[in-house]
Amino acid sequence: MSSVKLPVEKFRLGMLLGDTRYRSTTVQVIAFIIFVSVVFWLVDNTVKNLALLGKDVDFSYLWMRAGYDINQRLIPYTNDSTHGRAALVGILNTLLVAFIGCIIATIIGVFVGILRLSKNWIVAKLMSVYIEGFRNIPILLWIVMIFALLTEFTPAPRAFKGADPEASMIFFQSTAVTNRGAYFPSPVWGDGSVYLILIFILSLAAMFLFRRYAKNLQEETGKNLPKFWISLAIFFIPSILFYFILGGPVSLEYPYLKGFNFKDGIYVRNSFIALTLALSLYTSAFIGEIVRSGILAISKGQTEAASSLGLRPSRIMNLIILPQALRVIVPPMISNYLNLTKNSSLAIAVGYMDVRGTLGGITLNQTGRELESMLLLMGFYLCVSLCVSAIINYFNRSFQIKGL
Amino acid sequence: MILTIMVGTPARCWEGFYKEVIMKKSLFLSVAAIVGLTAGVAAAGTLDDTIARGHVKCGVSTGSPGFSGVDDSGKNVGFDVDYCRALAAAIFNDPMAVKFTPLSSSVRFTALASGEVDILARNTTWTYSRDTDLKQTFLGVTYYDGQGFMAKTSLGVSSTLELDGATICIQVGTTTELNLADYFKANGMSYEPLPTSDNAESKQQYLAGACDAYTTDASALHGTRINMENPSDHIVLPEIVSKEPLGPLVRHGDDEWADVGRWVLNALVIAEEKGITSANIDSFSDTKDAEIHRLLGTGDDDMMAMMGMPKDGMYNAIKHVGNYGEIFERNLGASSGINIERGVNNSWTNGGILYSPPFR
Amino acid sequence: MSNISFVREKEIPQSPPPITESNAIRWVRQNLFSGWLNSLLTILSVYFIYVCLRDFIPWAYGGIWTANSIRECLDINPDVACFSVIGARWRQLLFGFYPTEEYWRPILTFVLLFISIAPVLIPRFARFFWFSLIYPGIAVWLLWGGSIWPVFSIYLAISLTGLVFFLAKNKFKLSSGFSFTAAILFFFLYFIFIAGPFIALFKYILPINLVLIESLQFGGFLLSMIVGFSGIAASFPIGILLALGRQSDLPLVKMICVGFIEFIRGVPLITLLFVASVLLNYFLPPGTSFDIIIRVIIMVTIFSAAYMAEVIRGGLAALPVGQHEASAALGLSYWQSQRLIIMPQALKISIPGIVNTFIGLFKDTTLVSIISLLDPVGLASLIRADQKWNGIYWELYVAIGLMFFICCFGMSQYSQYLERKLKTDNS
Repeated sequence: MSSVKLPVEKFRLGMLLGDTRYRSTTVQVIAFIIFVSVVFWLVDNTVKNLALLGKDVDFSYLWMRAGYDINQRLIPYTNDSTHGRAALVGILNTLLVAFIGCIIATIIGVFVGILRLSKNWIVAKLMSVYIEGFRNIPILLWIVMIFALLTEFTPAPRAFKGADPEASMIFFQSTAVTNRGAYFPSPVWGDGSVYLILIFILSLAAMFLFRRYAKNLQEETGKNLPKFWISLAIFFIPSILFYFILGGPVSLEYPYLKGFNFKDGIYVRNSFIALTLALSLYTSAFIGEIVRSGILAISKGQTEAASSLGLRPSRIMNLIILPQALRVIVPPMISNYLNLTKNSSLAIAVGYMDVRGTLGGITLNQTGRELESMLLLMGFYLCVSLCVSAIINYFNRSFQIKGL
Repeated sequence: MILTIMVGTPARCWEGFYKEVIMKKSLFLSVAAIVGLTAGVAAAGTLDDTIARGHVKCGVSTGSPGFSGVDDSGKNVGFDVDYCRALAAAIFNDPMAVKFTPLSSSVRFTALASGEVDILARNTTWTYSRDTDLKQTFLGVTYYDGQGFMAKTSLGVSSTLELDGATICIQVGTTTELNLADYFKANGMSYEPLPTSDNAESKQQYLAGACDAYTTDASALHGTRINMENPSDHIVLPEIVSKEPLGPLVRHGDDEWADVGRWVLNALVIAEEKGITSANIDSFSDTKDAEIHRLLGTGDDDMMAMMGMPKDGMYNAIKHVGNYGEIFERNLGASSGINIERGVNNSWTNGGILYSPPFR
Repeated sequence: MSNISFVREKEIPQSPPPITESNAIRWVRQNLFSGWLNSLLTILSVYFIYVCLRDFIPWAYGGIWTANSIRECLDINPDVACFSVIGARWRQLLFGFYPTEEYWRPILTFVLLFISIAPVLIPRFARFFWFSLIYPGIAVWLLWGGSIWPVFSIYLAISLTGLVFFLAKNKFKLSSGFSFTAAILFFFLYFIFIAGPFIALFKYILPINLVLIESLQFGGFLLSMIVGFSGIAASFPIGILLALGRQSDLPLVKMICVGFIEFIRGVPLITLLFVASVLLNYFLPPGTSFDIIIRVIIMVTIFSAAYMAEVIRGGLAALPVGQHEASAALGLSYWQSQRLIIMPQALKISIPGIVNTFIGLFKDTTLVSIISLLDPVGLASLIRADQKWNGIYWELYVAIGLMFFICCFGMSQYSQYLERKLKTDNS
């Protein structure tokens, strides 16, 4: 039996687009060529323009002396340090604002979201006014307004002077709130404070271990220990006990007025407070909405079944509603945290030196290296965005329902 | 790249396609090259572009009293503004043929470098690094200034050396920022910088009490102080902590345009040296001074053709805008209310240090 | 046997509920005071509202509208708001430096905007979609002025290109790839050879001109609206293409689209605006230079295209897979099924997301003040630099915040209304 020979269609040029076997490759090759040509054209233009201006692409300016001072820094920095170090100071400032802002925003946001659903009409309306007000006004305006609020309604350091000062420190003469910033007493670590810190860390570990033990006990025997009060006791009692046993190793250093400003103490500048507060309040409005929609997404049957089992409302919220709601809430939270980090680049409006203020601002101006600085700046934000979404996506996967 | 694609697939599929790909790629590249070439050829000198455009693109400050501002009717006025008007009058015989772009201190250099403005007359200090690293060319000095500090009289300080530990408002991206750091370090003092983006914001924060003192060029301090509600509540401290020669600047690589800007400035200085004002300029048509004839174009020599400018360019500039002294008096002198002394900003024949090369 | 049992034969008439259970008092008890925590919260909230309003209302209500400078305001009454700055400068805040006698042009553009959006959002007027298509040209001509013929010539180019494509495909029976290439070639040839003479000719025969306005004269809310609306409108087709590309099976196209979207979404808008003001000139051939506003619109378009792509991707994902399969079973090609079946449904689902993206973009237009463009926030600094209004703070920001709030709140309410309407429509 001779095998049947199937007719082989001869290759025609039109088959490149008409025949689906070749079309996808054709389209991809064409797209690739267009893409490469556009990139080539852009790069070529840039090179030509830079050559005309006599500039070159050179990152060595990062190792040159910066020459300017930065008011808020987490690492040691003087005006003799390099531009690279100034950029690092800016990066740390950005991360600090983003981190603290996210935490405060989440706390306020969850609070607002849950209150928005309360049966109390006034509270619900108040929360919705809050949410709508913050969501519909641009963040730049909020940053500037809150900074103005802080600057106008606080006294100048000079008002604290004299025998009969207009303003005085609060919290038993320990904290000063001025129109430059707030001064808090800072802890001074004396001898033996290392042991105190060790005891504190141990008590934290003990707390976690106890909670795990109590949970296992409940699942095996059904006995319900008062977890909250015992954890609180573990948290406070050993540390306080050892504080007195060791003879009070940690003391406070109080800020005092000398010359133009206060000295000593922890100095939290107004720009930082205004920026963090504005970012947190703004993002908390969005988080409130997300939390609310997450809780509403849980069908009412869950609440009814839980209450028919005899659970109190607080336990229903903690044990039944919130764990399920988290699955719906977490993905939009990622984009809100990223938005907060990106919105922190508006810090220059209040004079806070974040990475856009140092690398993308003063360094860019003093050295004239726009292309290099912008590339580094965008690279930094890109890294942070990708890292944060990767981390949260990883945690997100761990509590999705498998197989759904 | 094309070869790898070719190798990775059956050869017979790519017979005709090979030709089409190569042809298409070269089509794209040739189009790109043509566009690039024509665009490259099109980059002529700035003077020719300006003449073709019909107006000068001048970058000025967003609001520096005496140097650049907007009056009630919306017209730009100021010392730097008048320099650009003189330039426009020299080229076009029309002092209004200028388009002013207000620039904050952080974007001024990039605006010049990118071509958004052709000349920057924005009380910019002439320094070594700006001349070399930023790839810009300074055209001369219009105003010899220095950096000073202003504080409230109620603070009770009479010298900058008493400002140890103070909060000082400082504009970012300026030489004042770097000078401040150097000065305080040299004197062993510390300070707390409060960054702002321009003079108006510095003034705002200073008045609100967020900073104890604020620093910028002394000329701007005097101008700002006069415009305060109660000038006697504020004091400009006596120390001048740096040399700040302010002048206009252009991009590197365009010597013809730089020559035009430089010599318009020199012409204004020479005019004051020779006593030529916008009022009496016509009376010099029969003078014996050959340099004046060369300057005003009233003689037989056409010196201005060497720069590609109209013969009576300098005449127009002085007639429309006035000489250096008139510009100074109008914007920074007694009649403006700011009342800064001429000091070193006077002709060398009058005890100052303005000395122009001869117009020969 | 006495009748001690009592059999009721008629119902007792209904009596009104006790006073604590009726109407207002009942509502108050249930909602406001239904437990000790609730009562505490109610009292705290009422006190909080009182404290907020106690200072704000007298300050705002007694505002001075007719003074000429801040000194005058302070002389009259230092404790109330000095709204005269709004009274004196409201035109600048709304229109920037647009010439006063040409105000009818932005106002007309704004009115026509609503008319042009109607066919898109209300199905009843879908017949008038052609007006939405020509609206961008009309808007550009009305706002910037100049001769009408360049804009007309662009529209002519697009229609003729479409005609060439149609003819090549149907009359000459070329495949869609070749007819597409022919159409693109015609498009470029038109601009090289035909456009210039065409415009010159018509300018000579029939000059229809409006006063030319420079881009630097745009400011205030006019600028915010232009940047916002053109950003969204231009990013719409790009976003659709990006969303389709991201979902496609072609790995190269998918990689390019994903890379682009993730890059744009990872950087803050302010860095992109910096690129627009500082770097974009480097990327263009030497000697070319666009208006700063055009550059800002380009970057804002790119920015919102990435977010739009994500929203449309969500809409595409919400579509049942059965639609794709049914269209394939009917024998429709990829582009046909996209055009006729997939995209209309996906876009309808994503309209609330698109409106939300637009609200976000509109708020983000305030960032252009950082690159020294004069949007309302930038204008506020300029107004404060004026001697007459030096020192004013709250009144300006309250006014600007209020304007933004009204616009954005209106749009978000509309999007919620749309969402509700679509929920009942689809399911």
